[in-house]
Amino acid sequence: MKKNKKPELRAVRRSAATLLLGLGLTACAGPGGHPKDPLEPINRATFRFNETADRYVMRPAAEVYDLAPLPVKVGVGNFFGNLADVWIGVNNLLQGKFAEGLSDGGRFLVNSTAGMLGVFDIATELGLEKHDEDFGQTLGLWGVGDGPYIVLPLLGSSNLRDTAGLIGDLNVDPVMAINSSGPRNRVTALRFINRRSQLLGADTTAEQASLDKYDYMRSFYIQYRQSQIYDGQPPRVKDPDDEADMDEATPAAPARKENQE
Amino acid sequence: MKKIASLFAALTLGIGIQCAAFAQSIAPDALVKSVTDDVITIVRQDKAIQSGDTRKAVDLVETKVLPYFDFAHMTRLAVGKDWRQASAEQKTVLTHEFKNLLVRTYSNALTQYRNQHIDFKPLKAKPEDTDVVVRTEVRQPGAKPVQIDYNLEKQGDNWKVYDVMVAGVSLVTNYRDSFGQEVRNGGIDGLIKSLKDKNKQLDTTVSAKK
Repeated sequence: MKKNKKPELRAVRRSAATLLLGLGLTACAGPGGHPKDPLEPINRATFRFNETADRYVMRPAAEVYDLAPLPVKVGVGNFFGNLADVWIGVNNLLQGKFAEGLSDGGRFLVNSTAGMLGVFDIATELGLEKHDEDFGQTLGLWGVGDGPYIVLPLLGSSNLRDTAGLIGDLNVDPVMAINSSGPRNRVTALRFINRRSQLLGADTTAEQASLDKYDYMRSFYIQYRQSQIYDGQPPRVKDPDDEADMDEATPAAPARKENQE
Repeated sequence: MKKIASLFAALTLGIGIQCAAFAQSIAPDALVKSVTDDVITIVRQDKAIQSGDTRKAVDLVETKVLPYFDFAHMTRLAVGKDWRQASAEQKTVLTHEFKNLLVRTYSNALTQYRNQHIDFKPLKAKPEDTDVVVRTEVRQPGAKPVQIDYNLEKQGDNWKVYDVMVAGVSLVTNYRDSFGQEVRNGGIDGLIKSLKDKNKQLDTTVSAKK
């Protein structure tokens, strides 16, 4: 993938670098706060901004988009999924998962040709499973700690490691490599709206389920990324706060077993 | 003893196959599958639920799903270390309110069910295990499949769900941060009040929709 020299991307990178530097200096947890969220006041402000932007712009756009016939939406989703498969494959290779990495390469070849530039996901039909990887996960598997939780403007939940990972992802992103800014922005907008439309419904559930949506989303993100890094099977230790029988007078009760695998 | 138990299980399974009360003595993966299939079959045919009738969805969840969940365990997990400082009465109220919150929320989610397809993964557990994970995957056209895992615990002859993981996220422990915050702000009673308020607020939206 060619090195990107777009001025916008450079600006993104520069401001991200400044942000990371700032975080490094301020990353010390205050008393009573969440240990992973030393920047909570800033994050909450960004969160409120994102919620407002979502309510008035992204969600309405996604709702309109959602009216499109299902095959169209599936085709759009497949098209962007196909573009992502190459980088997903590279990340699988970086994580030492060679069979998966090769399978992702195979997916890209099959879907880009027989699948009409990725609009049809024929590879899945052929048994080449779609994977979900990004550079943040690779860094996580390499042992890079997640760092403080960060709410990114418009993009939402992240953390220091995943923000760095995202910059890596964007550097090799084929859409970001489109030369003229008009088409690039339109394709990017379509990609975001498509992704947002897939979350319609889930957003309502989060709204209804949570006492405090900010806390809920933060907790969700932390668990979700941990799960993704381990491909859906994170090592689960016995929960120290799951104290079965602790107020019953049977201290000899069998302890709850750890989860298998 | 174990032989007798399994003999008894086989016997009840044999004679009670149509008897819902005995359905609990079946294997955990079979249990999850039968409950899921049951609920989905009903939702697929019920136009009222599909068009957002939450009251009806709540009824469905309460009769078909609730008996297989251990809400006391779920609440204990969600509250975490503060559970210790709650009185027996507070524990009962907490469990009741948390149950209501989960039932309302996920009944609403059920009304959004469209044409998803659910795959059940083979169960990886030894016969003597008393704590297992049943893995499923929800597929829908054009979107990434979502992994939904059920943690079940054996209680006597019955299996009960005590945690549900969506995309690797526990819907139960996901509450721990905000519950902890509520307890720090207003004690256990503060948490109870927040839960009650939330449920009341959900009830208003439900009746407004009707």
